Amino acid sequence: MPATMSPLLRRRENISGYLFLLPSLVFFLGFVVVPMGMCIWMSFTNANMDINTPTDFVGLANYVELWKDPVFLKGLRNTIIIVVVSVPVVCAFSLWVASAIYRMKEGPLSFFRIVFYLPVVTGSVAVTVVWKWMYNRYYGIFNYLLKNGGIIDKNINWLGDQKYALACIILILLTTSVGQPIVLYVSALSNVDHSLVEAAEVDGATNTQVFWRIKWAQIMPTTLYILIITTINSFQCFALIQLLTSGGPNYATETIMYYIYYSAFKLQRFGYGNAMGVILALFIAALSAVQFRLAREK
Amino acid sequence: MSSKNNGSSLAYRIISLVILVVLAFLFLFPLYWIVTGSLKTPQAINSASPDWWPKEFTLRNYETLFSKRTAPLFQIGSLTGPVIPGAIRWLINTVFMAVMAMLLTCLTAALAGYSLAKKRFTGRFLIFSLIVAAMALPKQVILIPLIREMSALGMYDNIWAVILPTVGWPFGVFLMKQFAEGIPGEMLEAARIDGASELKTFTTVVYPMIKPGVGALAIFTFINSWNDYFLQLIMLTSSTKLTISLGIATMQAENSTDYGLIMAGAALAAVPIIIVFLLFQKYFTKGITMGAVKG
Repeated sequence: MPATMSPLLRRRENISGYLFLLPSLVFFLGFVVVPMGMCIWMSFTNANMDINTPTDFVGLANYVELWKDPVFLKGLRNTIIIVVVSVPVVCAFSLWVASAIYRMKEGPLSFFRIVFYLPVVTGSVAVTVVWKWMYNRYYGIFNYLLKNGGIIDKNINWLGDQKYALACIILILLTTSVGQPIVLYVSALSNVDHSLVEAAEVDGATNTQVFWRIKWAQIMPTTLYILIITTINSFQCFALIQLLTSGGPNYATETIMYYIYYSAFKLQRFGYGNAMGVILALFIAALSAVQFRLAREK
Repeated sequence: MSSKNNGSSLAYRIISLVILVVLAFLFLFPLYWIVTGSLKTPQAINSASPDWWPKEFTLRNYETLFSKRTAPLFQIGSLTGPVIPGAIRWLINTVFMAVMAMLLTCLTAALAGYSLAKKRFTGRFLIFSLIVAAMALPKQVILIPLIREMSALGMYDNIWAVILPTVGWPFGVFLMKQFAEGIPGEMLEAARIDGASELKTFTTVVYPMIKPGVGALAIFTFINSWNDYFLQLIMLTSSTKLTISLGIATMQAENSTDYGLIMAGAALAAVPIIIVFLLFQKYFTKGITMGAVKG
């Protein structure tokens, strides 16, 4: 495209540009941007499920109430635990798997890529119900194996015990989170500049040195992206909790995402739920910004 | 990990291969357990020592699944179709939803991605920034307002209430822009000089170039829409309008102890989408890598 465009050409570009964009923009504005605006606005009101009842502006009341709500605080705590545990584990695990498979031939490489991606494709409901059976106190495979292995002597009620419930949820979340990072890391590692690696090897660098000094630096943008998507994913962990524990026992698995759903559907408090949504969004934005900064500085 | 095959790296390779194979088994196990579980008898299911391989195969769980609920094949005004098993109706709803979401997303995103990559119009940067920012936000945040919006539009408890927000999600536009960046400007210029209309340029020059991207986006949208349980859960309530995931979730809430039946449902939900994934996984991998926002 020439740097200086005639006014006629510029007009033509404007019109055709927007015409091509229009269908997508209608959906994007209508079903993403407008609801986002509504989310912020509703968080300052007492809106409920029924669109016919008048809603009142309540200012910051929802936000003030949140910080005094023990269920919300428990949910916030659990959400942070989930993120803090799953994000590093997912990154480290997928980086290890990717570095172990990326030099394989096309056949085995796609086999492993597919296997680790399968839990994502299987769908959250199918995955959740089978894990529910595996965790079952009486017929579950975990209790059977641990008892036969002599590790436990009494069946454990995995999902019904405050000590274990959150860890059980995190384990399932991990298996459904590594698929995409592995695909990304495999592609990043195969794109690492090979001449640098060879030069370092000629100079007598060990594998570990080559990895951390050269490859790690080159795959940094991918790591950053994986950190952000895994964080968002962990925040959104919902189906597991709704289908397995409903946030229980005694709020041991309550998360912000589940509490948003609960406020809207069980308490019928849309305004309150949206205030949580706004906080969640701010939280994720702040976290992404921090991760971005940290990765950039290195 | 080195290309030099010295002793320690060979040992490392063997150990990591063993670990990988074990992990692969563990990752495949839940799926194996769904499929074999769906073919087990109630006695085998409710036993304290599980059968690793079903001793006795039965189709009973599927018979229960298909006879438990019934629904008309279709319902247009007062016209109702023949009665079919409810689970099949859920499957039909799900396929309809995923196909519509896929077609609309591909069409709108291909046009918009090309425009954002190649057209120099005013406000282009603003719109693109908005799209990237929206992608970083958790989708679920907007779901409560969406319920309100859909009720206002009279679409609550209608499959379109699930389809339309999926089409609006900007990931597709971003992905298509990545692919469209690769189109050489000279080709567009040549088409313009030849006097081709904008639409003609799109169908004859742009579309063939971004076709692999459209393939990736299609399969990506199809699978994501099929599995978007939360959106389906909040929008659909009537038992004939459910999707297969939602139907299975409802069933497990009602008979949470009949694991054979639930596994049959889970298999019905998971197996078709896994087959689709396996058939198109090459496009899929491409979509994931091209869709990554690199810092």
